[in-house]
Amino acid sequence: MSLLEIHEPGETPLPHAGEAPLAVGIDLGTTNSVVAIARDGVPAALHDETGKSLVPSVVAYPAAGGVLVGDDARTLTAAEPRNVVASIKRLMGRGAADLHTVGGVLPYEIEPGSGQTDMVKLRIGGKPRSPVEISAEILKALRARAESALEKPVERAVITVPAYFDDAARTATRDAARVAGLEVLRLVNEPTAAALAYGLDKGSEGLYAVYDLGGGTFDFSLLRLEKGVFQVLATGGDTALGGDDFDRLIAERMLADRKRDGLADQVDEGAVKSALALARQMKEQLSDRDKTSGRLELSGTPSFHTLARDEFEAMIEPFIARTLDIARNVLVDAGMGAGDVQGVVLVGGSTRLPLVRAQVAAMIGKPALTDIDPDEVVALGAALQAEALTGGSDTLLLDVTPLSLGLETMGGIVEKIVPRNTPIPVQLAQEFTTYQDGQNAMAIQVVQGEREMVADCRSLARFELSGIPPMVAGAARIRVTFAVDADGLLTVSAEERTTGVAQRIEVKPSYGLSHDDMADMLYDSLDNAEADVNLRLLTEARVEANRTLLALDAALAKDGALLEPAERAELDGARERLQQTVAADSRDEINAAAEALETLSKPFAERRMDRGIREALSGLSVSELESRVGE
Amino acid sequence: MDHFARLGLPAALDLEPAALDRVYFALQRQWHPDRFVGRPPEERSKASSEAAALNDAYRTLKDPLSRAFYFANLKGIEMPTDGKTIDDPDLLMEAMEAREALHDAETAQAVEALAAQARQDIQCALGSLGSLFLANDGAVIRKTLLRLRYLDKFAEEARARHTNLERVKA
Repeated sequence: MSLLEIHEPGETPLPHAGEAPLAVGIDLGTTNSVVAIARDGVPAALHDETGKSLVPSVVAYPAAGGVLVGDDARTLTAAEPRNVVASIKRLMGRGAADLHTVGGVLPYEIEPGSGQTDMVKLRIGGKPRSPVEISAEILKALRARAESALEKPVERAVITVPAYFDDAARTATRDAARVAGLEVLRLVNEPTAAALAYGLDKGSEGLYAVYDLGGGTFDFSLLRLEKGVFQVLATGGDTALGGDDFDRLIAERMLADRKRDGLADQVDEGAVKSALALARQMKEQLSDRDKTSGRLELSGTPSFHTLARDEFEAMIEPFIARTLDIARNVLVDAGMGAGDVQGVVLVGGSTRLPLVRAQVAAMIGKPALTDIDPDEVVALGAALQAEALTGGSDTLLLDVTPLSLGLETMGGIVEKIVPRNTPIPVQLAQEFTTYQDGQNAMAIQVVQGEREMVADCRSLARFELSGIPPMVAGAARIRVTFAVDADGLLTVSAEERTTGVAQRIEVKPSYGLSHDDMADMLYDSLDNAEADVNLRLLTEARVEANRTLLALDAALAKDGALLEPAERAELDGARERLQQTVAADSRDEINAAAEALETLSKPFAERRMDRGIREALSGLSVSELESRVGE
Repeated sequence: MDHFARLGLPAALDLEPAALDRVYFALQRQWHPDRFVGRPPEERSKASSEAAALNDAYRTLKDPLSRAFYFANLKGIEMPTDGKTIDDPDLLMEAMEAREALHDAETAQAVEALAAQARQDIQCALGSLGSLFLANDGAVIRKTLLRLRYLDKFAEEARARHTNLERVKA
């Protein structure tokens, strides 16, 4: 693997003779990362000289050379936006079509040609860089922090991943650790690590839920606990739902405000990054204030923005509703009701939002456990597990696979081999046969997801079992075995049983997924898939419609005089209709109303263009442009 | 080695869930790959396949329905593969009527009533299996298991429908 050649094994100093090498726990987060160590069962996050434990998951490749990670990298955002990258975790194992835009612009520059059938690559500082190597820089910085805090070499780690991470993202995380010169003792699911940190097994037997809403991902796990055993009963989530999405909404709003106020912004990657950074600050302030304001400066022009907590809560409500839907499905999967849950652990920075706390508590009907810092709790649990794995312990973590694994059969139907929520490690096999006389080869496509059709699931690998001896159709016995290890990683092997033509492959995922494929795949249950997808599409249609409305309002405020009264009335009517449908529950109606409005407003947009107002481009056409980008 | 033997349990239709958990946890403490970090590859690989086999056994025996199917299979009762058409006219009638009722149920409450009925029927049918196995009546066992498979699917569908209705309400 070429990635591994980047790091020479000789670079890592050998441990001192007679000393057990240390193993740390690492939470490699979307927004922040933390490294921690446990000694004698007591975990502690490792701090820098200033006492901070959180390392912003931001990497910069300064023009002057070198690599910066954390606060130093973030500081560079204003001066060299193109050389700074944040939230890289969202791209782990993803394709180009999975990315989100802000104001029609991606907060990244994509390396042309990448991300079609492979993992997307970014172009930073004039060089293509993969999410794996960028994540590796964060891991290297965490490792350096640990080594300087502990004054010892650190080369082994337990690294946490969202429970709902699929095979591609898990593999990418493990590869990043390797690039950083770390041996991964175990990939542990974040909710499970959090439960471990709470020591819930001690004296608190029963059923606990972990609600983990981080910067980029959401997980909900149900665990049964009894002395020393953490048994995950079911898990669910969305690997593209988190605080980042809230930042995006606020940033969009600020950019729209500026347009409304007639500021001719050139919305580029740098502008998006600045808007997102301010949005994040404002969001954080709203956790203990009712109202906040911020100053955004783009190309030398400042603008002032205020945001009230209730406005913000209305913006993010659909996302919170989706997390609660997922939570309910996990309860159903485990055959439990909310009343069976004894407590719920809140993990991730986004659970600081009062709205999240209130809604989770209301759903479970039990107080939320929040006494461990939600930003540190996962790393602390990982550290405990690292100590347990190297030093021995009575604790037993029994985790499950989050997504069903299967393969393609006739007609593009998925045959599930390993259902979701199966305890791991596990090895399950199924026999297939040939369907033609004399058939000497069989293509095997491995997929992950809950849907019935191969086209709706994520394709992980494709390989061919060849050299099947000629037999009549249906006589061959082809045994396909799926093995999922304790890290949640899959290996598939196939064998023709009558002659023993064995072929073994390690799944190397192909990342070429469209946004819709991804959205479809993320839904938990076959039966609920349609409703869930509709809900997601409805949410997206609403967001899109609101964006159009904001853009139109901005354009009308500025150039309303270009319209005849009759035209204006017509446009206002269409605007009103769209506004009404946004409040209702039909995606088709929203889309139809949005389209009608766009069509009706075209002459207006053209007139604005004609008058030579270049920023007309940032009016309605932007939302058109965006909807095309989003396709 | 069959799943019962792997867990050191007597092959039986009835199994105390707590007893199953107890032996499963004890064996996982011994074999889980987390106990073998840093050990030679052959030991790790052995542990991994032991733990995998334990998980397979546990998940098969934990659910009373899948345990009944597995037990029947051990007793040499052949079941048609999943997805084949129902060849029992009584069951076919029952299935059609239930499906119609589910189709017509408009409220979460009505759907829940159907799901509860299905769950009760499952318990009832499961309860009858013990004496059927004692009598070694293969044909009736097979018929009962097929009905159980259908009821389970139906309960699942009703549950999904119920969740959706609740969601719309919320």
